[in-house]
Amino acid sequence: MNLTLKIWRQPNGSATGEMVTYPITDVSEDMSFLEMLDVLNERLTAEGEEPVAFDSDCREGICGMCGLMINGVAHGPEVTTTCQLHMRSFSDGDVVTIEPWRASGFPVLRDLAVDRSAFDRIIDAGGYVSVNTGAAPDAHATPVPKENAERAFDAATCISCGACVAACPNGSASLFLGAKITHLAELPQGQAERHTRVLNMVHQHDLEGFGGCTNIGECTAVCPKEIPQDVIATLNKDMRHALWNRV
Amino acid sequence: MSPQEKDPMATNENEAPHGTAMGTSSDPVGQAEELAPAEVANESPSQGAAAGVTAPVSTPAADRADHDDAAGYYTTGAPIADTKAPAGPVERRWTERVFNAKLVNPANRRRLSVIVVGTGLAGSSAAATLGEAGYHVDAFFYQDSPRRAHSIAAQGGINAAKNYKEDGDSIYRLFYDTVKGGDYRARESNVYRLAEVSANIIDQCVAQGVPFAREYGGLLDNRSFGGVQVSRTFYARGQTGQQLLIGAYQALERQVAAGTVKTHARHEMLELVVVDDGSGPRARGIVTRDMVTGEIETHLADAVVLASGGYGNVFFLSTNAMGCNVTAAWRAHRKGAHFANPCYTQIHPTCIPVSGEHQSKLTLMSESLRNDGRIWVPKNAEDCDKDPRDIPEEDRDYYLERIYPSFGNLVPRDIASRQAKNMCDEGRGVGPMVGDQRRGVYLDFAEAIERMGRSAVEAKYGNLFDMYARITGEDPYATPMRIYPAVHYTMGGLWVDYDLQSSIPGLFVAGEANFSDHGANRLGASALMQGLADGYFVLPNTIRDYLADGPFPKITDDDPEVRAARANVQERIDHFLSVNGSRSVDSFHRELGHIMWEYCGMERSAEGLRTAIEKIRALREEFWRDVRVLGTNDSLNQALERAGRVADFLELGELMCIDALHRRESCGGHFRAESQTPDGEALRDDENFAYVAAWEWGGETGEPILHKEDLVYESVEMKQRSYK
Repeated sequence: MNLTLKIWRQPNGSATGEMVTYPITDVSEDMSFLEMLDVLNERLTAEGEEPVAFDSDCREGICGMCGLMINGVAHGPEVTTTCQLHMRSFSDGDVVTIEPWRASGFPVLRDLAVDRSAFDRIIDAGGYVSVNTGAAPDAHATPVPKENAERAFDAATCISCGACVAACPNGSASLFLGAKITHLAELPQGQAERHTRVLNMVHQHDLEGFGGCTNIGECTAVCPKEIPQDVIATLNKDMRHALWNRV
Repeated sequence: MSPQEKDPMATNENEAPHGTAMGTSSDPVGQAEELAPAEVANESPSQGAAAGVTAPVSTPAADRADHDDAAGYYTTGAPIADTKAPAGPVERRWTERVFNAKLVNPANRRRLSVIVVGTGLAGSSAAATLGEAGYHVDAFFYQDSPRRAHSIAAQGGINAAKNYKEDGDSIYRLFYDTVKGGDYRARESNVYRLAEVSANIIDQCVAQGVPFAREYGGLLDNRSFGGVQVSRTFYARGQTGQQLLIGAYQALERQVAAGTVKTHARHEMLELVVVDDGSGPRARGIVTRDMVTGEIETHLADAVVLASGGYGNVFFLSTNAMGCNVTAAWRAHRKGAHFANPCYTQIHPTCIPVSGEHQSKLTLMSESLRNDGRIWVPKNAEDCDKDPRDIPEEDRDYYLERIYPSFGNLVPRDIASRQAKNMCDEGRGVGPMVGDQRRGVYLDFAEAIERMGRSAVEAKYGNLFDMYARITGEDPYATPMRIYPAVHYTMGGLWVDYDLQSSIPGLFVAGEANFSDHGANRLGASALMQGLADGYFVLPNTIRDYLADGPFPKITDDDPEVRAARANVQERIDHFLSVNGSRSVDSFHRELGHIMWEYCGMERSAEGLRTAIEKIRALREEFWRDVRVLGTNDSLNQALERAGRVADFLELGELMCIDALHRRESCGGHFRAESQTPDGEALRDDENFAYVAAWEWGGETGEPILHKEDLVYESVEMKQRSYK
């Protein structure tokens, strides 16, 4: 198939960017979206134009490194990561716009690559259980009810790709934040630091420039791991409890 | 032999329906991602012969000893030995080493600095643990977050000798299975220690909040894996690697918050700094490139830990992530670190095949598919482009069932892989033409659907079928899947002693980047175990013995060795940016991958390997002369990053071929055409090759130098395997 790509080009973080149009021909429907961009980059290199910068690594939907805004939708038309999107989801003649995640918490580095280190700093603020290596009791010392373990797992599958932020009109990272709060809140190991964790992580989230949640739900609509929206309810509940206890 | 003993997957079947396991009924992906069906025969140590193990086959040793296929390609150096493992009973060695390794006073630790390169399971866990101990740690990774390292993609599980099922497991049994699975090419002391600390890993991960699968009573669930008869594999649905890495990542970030660890995202190590302060050469730092700004930085420390993963991407197509590379390890090799057993690679039989020249990576599917799927190709090459459903039963060749009637589709992964390639090389492959042949075989569930019903197949394999459909656009319920082998893991790596110290003092190597624990083949669910064992428990205990002699004399950016290392990095970058040749970096990488796959993949021959070496040399010369890298150094330049990696792969590839050429035996996952039994099966040669091949860099124009470390088995008896 033949497509018209409109791609955001921006030489570096401080430069202004623009959409540039690239026609591309003979796209196989078996290509992944990123392989289609690889092919474009090989052509640009041959023509003497610098290739389009974009992040990807595992290309099997788990590392969370890739993420593009495709026709205005985070990760494109299927509910999956950009690397797992295939060209059979498009049709001959389509115009496809490709942009980076846009959020004040994710500054653009170049073209389609953004800086998501804010997510690491949110985890630094408390997204862990404080246990040194060697200090653990036997793994069977504390049984965990299966339903708690399952919900913890569902939340812990977040790949930290940032699609939730990119999709949110408020630029909120509440789904990412709620996922980590829920993961640790469901487990006995996470209880000791539960209140300080939520206070510190929310504080850091706000410092990084992410917006508040107004229950729009765009985040869950694009989340490639289908993190449920009720993790944000858990986040809010824990926040209320923590504030109440602090007072 | 009872039918159950014959069928190494029977234990998995017996565990069905996994009803009590979290997520298992809907999640077959995790069921046995790395199910290496008969890598471990199901015997207890004393019953070998009863379960598919035969006595050693005599080898024409005298012929072999005189015959060196690789003569002229290398020179032989002095033998080496591990001097760090205490003598005495294998089960006492780790306790003794922990006791004898010097301690570092807590007040001194903050004056000692350690660089960790790579933040997968080994790197993250090492950096976190060293930070907790109070050392000053700097962690480097090329991704934008430490949590993205490729350990995250491991699916199946992690072994540990907990014996929670009271089914006869023990540290000794896990040790035994690992040595045997590695086809007697791993060091006994290291493997025993791995088994010994395995149980602590599970405790640590649970305490961190890793959501392992649990039973209804709230206790941890286990499954049997890789054909072993004990259930020792812990798992978190099909995402065990992800959950373990998040646990290690969170421990790491906690130390970042505490100020003991500083992370350096999007920083790639491009050179090792080795400085002789009068007491001999020591690893004292690294040169990195900030991948966003292009700045070349020097980072100095008292010790350097490489946890930079494996080198499967030398094949271009593999199940590794796009960025996985050998550069950190290779730059260390060029500075004096021996590279051990580089030809030991693991190839997985059930990957989704290549769909065209655009293919950028391969995706693994669980080998559990071979429990119920039947593998075949058309008998006649002219049927290969037909709709498989139109090919009548009598025109199909169920070749594994034909050649291996007792194991059938459940033969070990190396045999399944090799035979798939043989079928395609014969011209009977299926799927699209890629290059000069079709690279795929059918994995057919029609019979399983008829036998079990579609809903049962769906319950067991639904996730895998969905993944296959998403990637290929084909419905595997209606038409047979196509599979093809792919490179998955590299057992070779930098040589280390029992302390995980390389042949350069002060340079330690952990995880897949070292060679130490898996011999010539790795068992399923053991990669995660090794990464975390090294990082949480082994390295922090052994590195202190080295650090206790520090802090080492202060060096600065202006020391001649440091300046030379930086200049070397700058020179390479300047070269890549100035060649302005006619071929892209990827086109060279693809071509190298093709050479490696054809000649240094599953089946190797002396003639093929010599051809490969010539081709690689020519390609490398062309690369330096004709590569095209556009842009500048002072910005995010992904082609420039890849150019450096491919330059190193082009050197590694040659060493892999030389290693494979000199090792004239079939062992582990490797088949040497010149070393087979009369009926065409792999023939190991213990008399001539029961050693670790540790290669020393021979200089730009010199030949690599082979140092042999003899492998001595005191606790386990060496046996040949047989699957016919």
